[in-house]
Amino acid sequence: MIRGLHRWPGLLAALVLLVLSLSGAALSIFPTAERLSSPQAAASLSIADLAERVQAAHPQVEQIRRAPSGRITAYWFEGGTPQSAVIDPVTGQGIASADPNPLERWLTNLHRSLFLGDGGRIAAAAGAAAMLVLALSGTVLVARRAGGWRRWFAPLRGPISGRLHVEIARVAVAGLLLSSLTALWMTVSTFELLPDGPASPAMQTDPSGRVGASLAEMNILKETPAAELRSLAFPAPDDAADVFTVKTDRGTGTLDQGTGALLAWSDLTGWQRISETIYMLHTGQGAAGLGLILGLMALGVPIMTVTGVILWLAGWRARPRIRGNATAGRAETILLVGSEGGSTWSFAATLHAALTNIGQTVHAAAMSSFDPARYVHAQRILILTATYGDGDAPASAKGFIDRLQSLPAAPAVPLAVLGFGDRSFPAYCAFARAVAETAEAKGWSMLVPFDMIDRQSTQDFARWGRVLGVAMGVELELVHETVVPAVLPLTLVSRRDYGAEVQAPTAILRFALPKVPLWRRLAGRDFGRFSAGDLLGILPEGSAVPRFYSLASGRRDGFIEIVVRKYPAGLCSGQLLGLEVGDTVSGFLRANAGFHAGRGRTPLILIGAGTGIGPLAGFVRANARHRPIYLFFGIRHPDSDFLYADELTAWQQKGCLRQLATACSRGRMPRYVQDALREEAADIVKLIRKGAKIMVCGGRGMAAGVSEALADILAPAGLSPALLKAEGRYVEDVY
Amino acid sequence: MKTILTALALTTALTFPSLAVARPVTFTTTLSNYGGDGAYLALYVTDAKGAYVGSLWVAGGKSKYYEHLTGWYRATGGRVAEINGITGASVGAGRTLEITLDLADALFDAGYTLHIDAAVEDMRDSPNEVAVPLTTNGAKTPVRGRRYIASFTYSM
Repeated sequence: MIRGLHRWPGLLAALVLLVLSLSGAALSIFPTAERLSSPQAAASLSIADLAERVQAAHPQVEQIRRAPSGRITAYWFEGGTPQSAVIDPVTGQGIASADPNPLERWLTNLHRSLFLGDGGRIAAAAGAAAMLVLALSGTVLVARRAGGWRRWFAPLRGPISGRLHVEIARVAVAGLLLSSLTALWMTVSTFELLPDGPASPAMQTDPSGRVGASLAEMNILKETPAAELRSLAFPAPDDAADVFTVKTDRGTGTLDQGTGALLAWSDLTGWQRISETIYMLHTGQGAAGLGLILGLMALGVPIMTVTGVILWLAGWRARPRIRGNATAGRAETILLVGSEGGSTWSFAATLHAALTNIGQTVHAAAMSSFDPARYVHAQRILILTATYGDGDAPASAKGFIDRLQSLPAAPAVPLAVLGFGDRSFPAYCAFARAVAETAEAKGWSMLVPFDMIDRQSTQDFARWGRVLGVAMGVELELVHETVVPAVLPLTLVSRRDYGAEVQAPTAILRFALPKVPLWRRLAGRDFGRFSAGDLLGILPEGSAVPRFYSLASGRRDGFIEIVVRKYPAGLCSGQLLGLEVGDTVSGFLRANAGFHAGRGRTPLILIGAGTGIGPLAGFVRANARHRPIYLFFGIRHPDSDFLYADELTAWQQKGCLRQLATACSRGRMPRYVQDALREEAADIVKLIRKGAKIMVCGGRGMAAGVSEALADILAPAGLSPALLKAEGRYVEDVY
Repeated sequence: MKTILTALALTTALTFPSLAVARPVTFTTTLSNYGGDGAYLALYVTDAKGAYVGSLWVAGGKSKYYEHLTGWYRATGGRVAEINGITGASVGAGRTLEITLDLADALFDAGYTLHIDAAVEDMRDSPNEVAVPLTTNGAKTPVRGRRYIASFTYSM
């Protein structure tokens, strides 16, 4: 709902918002430029003093105006021709042209009406309204993504376009809210729908008919500082019935030109004051600094427009087409999906199609949209969910458990939960299990027992379908065809072998970059854009299930590199280690944004063992900016499986790597990488205090040992791996 | 070209019982290229003593800016009712405004003066941009305004 409120106005208004934000940002410079280029009146200068100086220099002065920037302009006649100039308040002399800046006028007309008159003003106002809706709905989405309002500025994870979108939004949203709200007020005011017009001139007593009072005799001009002046109009020289008209920050008055008496005065109305304040807040005229800040924030809009469209396209592509999806209110079966990469969605699509085929109405949606109040015709709720990381909710299920727990009572219709995962992970289907347990604790009745699907097994899925069919009293045959990712042939260009002596044959394999069409490269698809830490999927011959390896190189390196250890009877590792230079394998790329080094300047603590060095070496290789990197590397024996030994020395000399600590588990003094960590405990605490990020890559046992060691190291400082994880400063890539 | 047949029936001072004593008068106002946004203009008539008699036309759509037509605004108190039905769009720089009104014969050669006040956003207000006596002889004689009007003529 909120996402829809964010997406559609955004896409529709994208073009108008681009024009408005760019022109607005350009306009924001003018108030500051005007302020800096205008000589300011001294605080002690009164309107009378100023007017006398101008009159001395230009006897036929008609009007003096003061802009909120402090710029003073005078209009006078000389030899029958109208003259005008910006005035130096010290001398009363003109110093610069008072003609409006043509560029500023052009930008203003573009910004407020797109050169289309009143119709354009309404279009621009619609753009501002869309901006307001975007800012409000975006605020809710940012809070939701960060995990609560208090974590508004928490570090972000995920793909760059999504991160950039939110990074800019959470800073710029305040300015965009202000700009759009004030824009709407100004439009309403321009169309005269607010009672903020000029008050009709108060009844004035007739002028005396005499002329010649000196400006210094006029109390109000003498007592009001020039800084409060807005305009002073002089009486026409040949008209004794004419008067002085003065406008200040407080109101408008007329003065007798013979006696200097105040003939009439009207204060600014409350509405006028509000409208003027809003005008100032929007344009920065009178608040130049604020104007610049708003202008800078407006510059975020083009970037957010582009990243927003990319996000929308990415989400649109990733989601399988579900034909004939019923609305939440009409469906008999509600199918909720928790998916990170999209594969669970493809199972959901199979289930959706099968149920629809036997005449059911089915509504499929992300788990995060869970809203039982809308499921008025539902007879059952089915949940298909993967698990993210160490038992976390996948992207499309964020917030589900909190929402379930906050329900006063579980929904009356029964539930079925099916988890998707990989049995080799200890947190196998941990999130799905947590969902099922929370539901049961809530007293939610189960349609079929909790079940799990291992490694996308189509057999498991078909079996679960039959159980579900029995419970529903229908015959349900789920035939899921795994979508094989589009693979490209990758040619091996070099290999380096290690570890044979320590019974761990390992190789660094380097493949040539496959040819990727330009548009796919620009779109960042396939091998168009990747960096160390992303995953290379290899489809071994004789299997439809891909295996994933962490990349030790990025697109910029110009090659694809992975580190593979041969497992006894391992199908894929066996094939890979059997490759000769020139051979090819079928591979594809999968982004793994959670395990990127990022672009920060804070120190990096990299911890890895064995083949886990792969992505870590990639981070060090890419560290052209010499961010301080501390690498802890666990090997078996320095003579046998010290992967990247030569490069690591070279990188250290080049400054890419600050410090390298190795731990050898065999030899004279066997020790593990966690032992090396404990030896450097004091330095690690210091680095963490400086904002360092920890990245761990390697086997499961090593990661557990490292986590334990770090818990001990950090405890005295009041920190823990869990705390760092929550901030995104402790990430693992574990296998 | 804008033709308002009974425009002046709205202002009591210029009302006459029958159109028989009135004739169509065309006012042509051409603006100079003063380098600004569209100008607001007010055309109005004062009598021999300088007292406001009535308005002929106001160009400019938003009444909140009428206060910048200073002379006209002071004379009328900014009452929009005064110009109900005799307003139009503002006039861009270099453009021409042509209006034809049925004016009472008695307005000519009787000491009445036609005034035009002009104002442009972010530029000087120009009350009495043009002030010409209404005479039959004066018709078709172009007059130059003080700041924004390149030429003004009225013809019968």
